[in-house]
Amino acid sequence: MQKTNAVITVNGQDKVGIISTVSGILSKNNVNIANITQTIMQSFFTMVMMVDISEMSTDFEALTKELEIAGEDLGVQIRIQHEAIFNSMHRL
Amino acid sequence: MLSTLSTGEVFETLKMIDEEHLDVRTITMGINLLDCASANPERACNKIYDKICRRADKLVQVGEDIEKEYGIPIINKRISVTPISLVAAASDTDNYLPFAAALDRAASEVGVNFIGGFSALVHKGYTDSDRILIKSIPEALASTEKVCASVNVASTTAGINMDAIEQLGRTIKSAAELTASTGGLACAKLVVFANAVEDNPFMAGAFHGTGEPETVINVGVSGPGVVKAALTGVKGADFGVVAETIKKTAFKVTRMGQLVAQEASRRLDAPFGIVDISLAPTPEVGDSVAYILEEMGLEKCGTHGTTAALALLNDAVKKGGTMASGYVGGLSGAFIPVSEDAGMISAVQEGALSLDKLEAMTCVCSVGLDMICVPGDTPASTLSGIIADEAAIGVVNNKTTAVRIIPAPGRKVGDVVEFGGLLGTGPVMPVNKYSSEGFIARKGRIPAPMHSLKN
Repeated sequence: MQKTNAVITVNGQDKVGIISTVSGILSKNNVNIANITQTIMQSFFTMVMMVDISEMSTDFEALTKELEIAGEDLGVQIRIQHEAIFNSMHRL
Repeated sequence: MLSTLSTGEVFETLKMIDEEHLDVRTITMGINLLDCASANPERACNKIYDKICRRADKLVQVGEDIEKEYGIPIINKRISVTPISLVAAASDTDNYLPFAAALDRAASEVGVNFIGGFSALVHKGYTDSDRILIKSIPEALASTEKVCASVNVASTTAGINMDAIEQLGRTIKSAAELTASTGGLACAKLVVFANAVEDNPFMAGAFHGTGEPETVINVGVSGPGVVKAALTGVKGADFGVVAETIKKTAFKVTRMGQLVAQEASRRLDAPFGIVDISLAPTPEVGDSVAYILEEMGLEKCGTHGTTAALALLNDAVKKGGTMASGYVGGLSGAFIPVSEDAGMISAVQEGALSLDKLEAMTCVCSVGLDMICVPGDTPASTLSGIIADEAAIGVVNNKTTAVRIIPAPGRKVGDVVEFGGLLGTGPVMPVNKYSSEGFIARKGRIPAPMHSLKN
């Protein structure tokens, strides 16, 4: 099956359990994590996660919603977008 | 590929969307209506309504889906149709209001916010149908919500139809009077063109030209805020750097438009036409073309140097955008609608920007005198004179120009007209106090200009 990649971005105040919560949601929905880049600058948490959604057990909209709600609980912003938007802008 | 995107690149895109108002301004579906012609006008209107509803039923849904999946705002979903003067020509009627009503109902049914194509192309002369259509414009625009009208009155190869320009001065006046309670709102839905293009996705001047396929997807991108932010990063640098910075930014913005256009085309099963690489401002602070010009070092948009700044901007946007898309078309350039641009509004109110300077600016940018409010007592012949000047600029310079002007009933210079939404707020600007009456009364056609002996 062809890979469909998406980019998950998280930013906000750092706290315990952000990665664990996000990866828990992904694992539950059969979304594979391919790469994580994470930094903390002055307690500001920034994470970019590349994931493969080609075999996810839910639909994109439901996953978006679930991540958004988790973000609200954690006090951070969590977004998921198809990778193509970034590739088209930054890669020839 | 996963590993090749850096965090910086990902957040650069997000910052453009979150803070710099990057968006896809419109996905516009063009629909051919020539097959809806019928001698029975009622039957023609039913066919038009049915065809639009059938072809565009998924347009809004697809736009919203792409918006969610890619995380890129898509502000408008719109429809352009074959000029109604062509479609209605076969019908036995001298009143095209039912056609406007059918377009309006179809637009509401499929959920788009504007439908363009209540149009006539009369650059060389009128057909009987063109006459009926233009006569119907004021009431059609006053009695519908989403219908946009346009008339092409001049072209580089045909010259300038001064009969049409004379009539449109009066048409604009009566459209304003019929919608006096909303500041003459109907005029915001009427564009008078020279060298109109067949694939423009932007309203109010969009129509589906006769050289276009059965259906087509055209996408208009925007991003004045992104260009402004990029220029803030190169403060004081020379114009080579300025042009290069704008080109790179326009490239990125257009790539996103290309992606959305291809995806929309695939999902809607309609061929991809063009990406229109225009910088289209909105009334939001930070989404202004005037602020880009001011970022280049002008104290206020409209002062000396503004035309040069706009020429550079317009050219660099095209150069950057052209490589980013397979097909570029429409109006592609920088728009300077006064009421839709916070920086332009402020420049007018501070006395920095005049109608004459705007006219000069239209020589080097995308369209023309756009969303300009003038006093309600402006004579029709003065409006016609303004249109004639703008048409001359387009015809001689082989480019599209347009006039969308609102003689706001009861308003005087210095008043402000609130249109609301994307149409914004128009400060009423002074016009020349001397008459153009005798010039406009001559009528006839100004011949096409020379295309050799260029000097």
